[in-house]
Amino acid sequence: MILVELEKLARRPRTWVSVGLLCLLPAAVAVLLATTRVGTAAGEGPAFLSAVLANGSLFPAAALAIVLPLFLPVAVAVVGGDSVAGEASVGMLRYLVARPVGRTRLLVAKLVALTAFVVAAVVAVVVSGYLVGVLLLPTGPGGDVVTSVSGPALSGGQVALRICAATGYIALSMLGVGTIALFLSTVTDSALGATLGAIAALVASQLFVALDAASAIRPYLPTRYWLAWIDFFREPILWRDIERGLGIQAVYVAVFLGLAWANFATKDVTT
Amino acid sequence: MIETCGLTKRYGHLTAVDDVALSVPDGSRFGLLGPNGSGKTTLIRMLLGLVFATSGEITLLGRPVPRRLREVLPDVGALVEGPAAYGHLSGRANLRLLDAAGRSSRATRRRRVDEALDRVGLGGIDHRPVRAYSLGMRQRLGLAAALLRAPRLLVLDEPTNGLDPQGIHEIRELLREVNAAGTTLLVSSHLLAEVEQLCTWVGIMDHGRLVRQDELATLRALTGRVVLRTPDADRVVALLDGRVEHRAGDRLAVRHADAAALNAHLVGEGLRVTELAPERRTLEQVVLAATGAGADHIATESQ
Repeated sequence: MILVELEKLARRPRTWVSVGLLCLLPAAVAVLLATTRVGTAAGEGPAFLSAVLANGSLFPAAALAIVLPLFLPVAVAVVGGDSVAGEASVGMLRYLVARPVGRTRLLVAKLVALTAFVVAAVVAVVVSGYLVGVLLLPTGPGGDVVTSVSGPALSGGQVALRICAATGYIALSMLGVGTIALFLSTVTDSALGATLGAIAALVASQLFVALDAASAIRPYLPTRYWLAWIDFFREPILWRDIERGLGIQAVYVAVFLGLAWANFATKDVTT
Repeated sequence: MIETCGLTKRYGHLTAVDDVALSVPDGSRFGLLGPNGSGKTTLIRMLLGLVFATSGEITLLGRPVPRRLREVLPDVGALVEGPAAYGHLSGRANLRLLDAAGRSSRATRRRRVDEALDRVGLGGIDHRPVRAYSLGMRQRLGLAAALLRAPRLLVLDEPTNGLDPQGIHEIRELLREVNAAGTTLLVSSHLLAEVEQLCTWVGIMDHGRLVRQDELATLRALTGRVVLRTPDADRVVALLDGRVEHRAGDRLAVRHADAAALNAHLVGEGLRVTELAPERRTLEQVVLAATGAGADHIATESQ
């Protein structure tokens, strides 16, 4: 069943279009930066955008910063929200359940496919970001050396390692979004509803993160530690927020997966 | 093959299926008739483990359902509330995915998919996506999906929906053939003629209850009348004096228990007979007698 779900994902044009668009946006930014050489002022706009003018090999990090706030979560919410509700709306859910595909097995397969999509999307952004960064932007005066966010220089190898770590961190954060969408997808028969529900949850979370009056619940919000991956580019790495972020996302994934299972296992399939 | 006992499904205050004791004999072609909204589809969904019953028991192929669905369903093919497929994939790709979803042997998959397509008359189908299929082609694809694993029980909801008369005939022949090879059929339909031509058993549902269930031959019992057509209608009426219950032109309905004896009697008197047959109740009469108005018929309340 897992292979079937992966094949369905891979044969859906939408999958490729959304990954393509995710890669295209940072590439467009890189083109503009390379032609105008106008960076953003420090502290404004997505992270790393001023740094990449000096060293293009840091562009994967900038690309992640560009797609993270909106585009990546939207793409993940679309796939997650479609997972069960999409089957229901085309009428295939009844045929899958009656095949029989165990309901738990179906959910696990959907989760695996979703995870595969998340990882593929993040990795595609990083790889395409690296390619356009190296091709279009200068690779810096000191060869491979990159200045970290907090000052000391990082070697090329260190940067690569840290980009990999950041990739993993962001993938887990996105899986958190994905499982919220997956849960909503078992609740409604409308894929669009599930997707928008997950996005609404994120927007609400972002609102509370920015709201000082909500400081008591802030540490438990799904988006609170989303930007902690930037700490991988500090020297030394600031682990505190990263660890908390990993913990929070793991809890969100576990809780919403549990809810999705509890709901779907006993649900009447009436579509 | 299928036994249910006290099967009930409630959605809030609405009772969709009410205390149904369905019994589908092995090897039969069972037609489930009933007006729209009478609970046919909910009943079928419960049999397939899609919807969970509020109360009551189901036994499918000798095993309790939904507890042992996993052992039962591989032997059941189903077409519920119309066919479904992924629109952007071809029919063949759809069947392959569906087959792969159900723990089936990979080695024989291609052959099984080809056979199923062949049986429903889609053997020569090309690679165009299902999105571009006509309603009839989709219906055939849905049937192919139900036939994929040579099921022992085939549950079909409105199997000939969207087909032209030729297609209907073709599918009916296919279903007879499948049945002759040992597969029990449960067909739900609101088309009486459809059920009358295909089925050996009939169950009639109304407002969630199974109001009648019997062999078609029993339901269509003799009425004790003989219907005949004769060019000498006046003389026949005179001869049979009082036993002619109805006359429309040259067509007479005669109260008589033995059609052969009546025929011999008329011919013996030198009366010509063009047609003569014992009268049977039509399935329509049986259904109308057993059911009320359909659930989609909403009468205005009297003031």
